[in-house]
Amino acid sequence: MNKRFLLFSAGFLLLISCGKEIMERFTGFQKPVNFPEPVYRFADNTITKEGFELGRKLFYDPRLSRNNTVSCGSCHIQSSSFTHHGHDVSHGIDDRLGSRNSPPIMNLAWMTSFFWDGGVFDLDLQPVSPITNHVEMDETIENVLNKLRQHPQYPGLFKKAFGSEEISTARMMKALSQFMLLCISSQSKYDSVTTNLGAVFTPEEQQGYALFREKCSGCHKEPLFTDHSFRNNGIAIGLNNDEGRYMVTLNEADKYKFKVPSLRNLEFTAPYMHDGRFITLDAVLDHYRNNVQHTPNLDPLLTDGILLTDEEKQQLIAFLKTLSDRNFLNNPLLAEQ
Amino acid sequence: MIPRAKNYYQLLSKITSMKIYFNLLLVAVSSTMLYASCKKDSHDPPSGELVPVTVEFDNIVGGQNLFLDAVNYTNAAGEQFNISLLQYYISNIRLGKTDGTVYTVPQDSSYFLIKENDPATRLAKIKVPAGDYNQLSFVVGVDSLRSTMDISKRTGVLDPSAGHDNGMYWGWNSGYIFFRMEGISPSAPLDPSGQRKFRYHIGGFGGYSAPTINNIKTVTLDLNASGIVQARSGRTANIHLMVDVLKVFNGPATLSIAANPTVMFSDYSVNIANNYAHIFYHDHTEN
Repeated sequence: MNKRFLLFSAGFLLLISCGKEIMERFTGFQKPVNFPEPVYRFADNTITKEGFELGRKLFYDPRLSRNNTVSCGSCHIQSSSFTHHGHDVSHGIDDRLGSRNSPPIMNLAWMTSFFWDGGVFDLDLQPVSPITNHVEMDETIENVLNKLRQHPQYPGLFKKAFGSEEISTARMMKALSQFMLLCISSQSKYDSVTTNLGAVFTPEEQQGYALFREKCSGCHKEPLFTDHSFRNNGIAIGLNNDEGRYMVTLNEADKYKFKVPSLRNLEFTAPYMHDGRFITLDAVLDHYRNNVQHTPNLDPLLTDGILLTDEEKQQLIAFLKTLSDRNFLNNPLLAEQ
Repeated sequence: MIPRAKNYYQLLSKITSMKIYFNLLLVAVSSTMLYASCKKDSHDPPSGELVPVTVEFDNIVGGQNLFLDAVNYTNAAGEQFNISLLQYYISNIRLGKTDGTVYTVPQDSSYFLIKENDPATRLAKIKVPAGDYNQLSFVVGVDSLRSTMDISKRTGVLDPSAGHDNGMYWGWNSGYIFFRMEGISPSAPLDPSGQRKFRYHIGGFGGYSAPTINNIKTVTLDLNASGIVQARSGRTANIHLMVDVLKVFNGPATLSIAANPTVMFSDYSVNIANNYAHIFYHDHTEN
C-alpha cells in the first residue's frame, strides 16, 4: 500500500512539474513498449499538436449536438476512463436514453472495430453515429460543420491543423481521431510490473494474476485485455432483446454476441456489460461463477461458467485493480481546457 | 490499357459479388491497384481528348410519370401508394464501344446520387473518349472498395454528412444506403408518428470484418436497339434511361407494403435489391 502511495505521489509530482513542459513538447503518438503495433492507419492521418488540440476542442464542444447541450465528453468522462460512470445506458439529448452502456475512449489505435456490436470499422467514421443518433446528440454532421464555420475560432484552428480554413467532414473526423488516438492508458501498476519498471504485485495480486491467466485471458487478452472478438458471455437476454453483433452481420451465429471489452481501468467504469446491468465487479464475477445462461451461441469457454472460490474472487479483483491507470484519468492533456 | 481496365472491373465485381471477407491489407492493395488502373484510363485515353456524355435517370411508375406525394399508384399486390422520397446511388459507369473495347470512367468521377426531388441530379455527367458506344453498365449503389476507403475519399455525394431525413449513410453500421424509397400507403400500418408510411432503405456492401448481405447490383444495358451513343467533340450525347420504380414492387419478388412496410438492413432487403436491379431500361439516345 505504501509503495503504491509513493508511486502515485511520484506520478502526481511528475504531472505537476512537467505539465507545462509536456504541453510544449508534444510527442505525438508513441506506442507503449509492451503494446502490439496499432491497427489505426496513421499514414492517412498524421498526428500533430494542432490537430490533436482541435480534436480535443471538438470532443468537448456541445455544438456537436442539436441544441448545443451534449458533447462527446458528456458521456465519455475522463475521470471514469471516458465512460459515463453510474449510467447503465447512455443518457443523451433531452434526457433521452440509449440502449447500451457508453464504452471507454481508451487505446482506440488498437481497436479493430467500434461499438458493442462492432458496426463501425474505422475510427474516422465512428463519431457519425453518436452525433446523428436521435437519443445521443441528434444532430447532422452538415449542421455541425456549419456551426463550426460560423464560429470565431474554428476556421483558424482548422487552418493551423490542416493548412486551410476549410471545414469538412473528413477534417473534423480526423481531428477527433487525433485526440481519441492519444487517449492511451498504459501506465497502470500492471504495466509497471510487467515491463519491470519497479512496481511489484502484492501476493494477493500475484495470485489474482495467475487466476486471471488461467480463467479470463481466453477472451481478455493481454496487454490490451481484449481479443477484439464478439462473444456471448451468458448474461440473460436483455429485456429489449438486443441481438448485438447479429444486427451488423445478420448471421444467426452472431446472435447475442457483444464485443469483449478491455478490462483496463475497470475500477472506474461501472456499471458493466453492454447494458450496464451489473453495478459491481462482485456481481460480474458472481455471474460468471453461478449464473451463466445457456442462451443461443453461448461462448464455449463459458459452458460451465468460471469456477472461483470466494477467496479467489477477491484475489482476482485485487489483480484487476492493478489495471487502474490514474495518470490516464488525470492527464491534463486529455482534459477539457 | 483496355485489358487492364477490364481486369480491374472484373476484380471489382468479383469482390463485390462474392461477399468477400476483407482485411485492411486487401483493401489497401486493391485500392492501390484500382488507382493505378484508373489513372491510366483517365490520363491516357486512346484519342487523347475526352468528350462529355450524360446518362439521364428518368424516374417513372409503370406507364406513368412519377410525381412525388401527389399521385397514387397501385402495385402488383393490389396496394395503393404514393412516393414521397426516391434517391439512389449510381457509380462505376462503363461504356462499351462498337469495336468491343470498354471505357471505364475514372472512379473518382463516377459516383452520382440521383434524387427525384432535385431535377439537377437526374443527369450523371461523365467524360469519355470520342467514339460510338453501344453498351452501358453501372453499379446501383457504392462498390465495396469505396465503402471501406478512408473518409478523405468520401467527398461530394459520398460525404456522410447528411442527416437522417434524407441521408444515404448508416452511421451505426458503416455503409451507404444504396437505394432509398419512402411513401404513404393505406396498406402500411400506423407508425409511431401516426403515418401509414413505408420505408425502404437498402444497402449492404458485403461486410468489412465479417461477411454479410451484399446488395450491390451491376446493371448492363444494350444500347443498340434504342440508339447507340455517338460521342463527339463539341456536343453532349445524352443516354436517356427510364427507371420504372413500380418494378421495385413488381419484380422477381412481389413486394407487399402490408407484409413489409419497413425494410432496412435485414435479410429481406436482398429481395428488394434483386427487384431494383431490373428497373432500368434504355429509352433513347440524344446525340
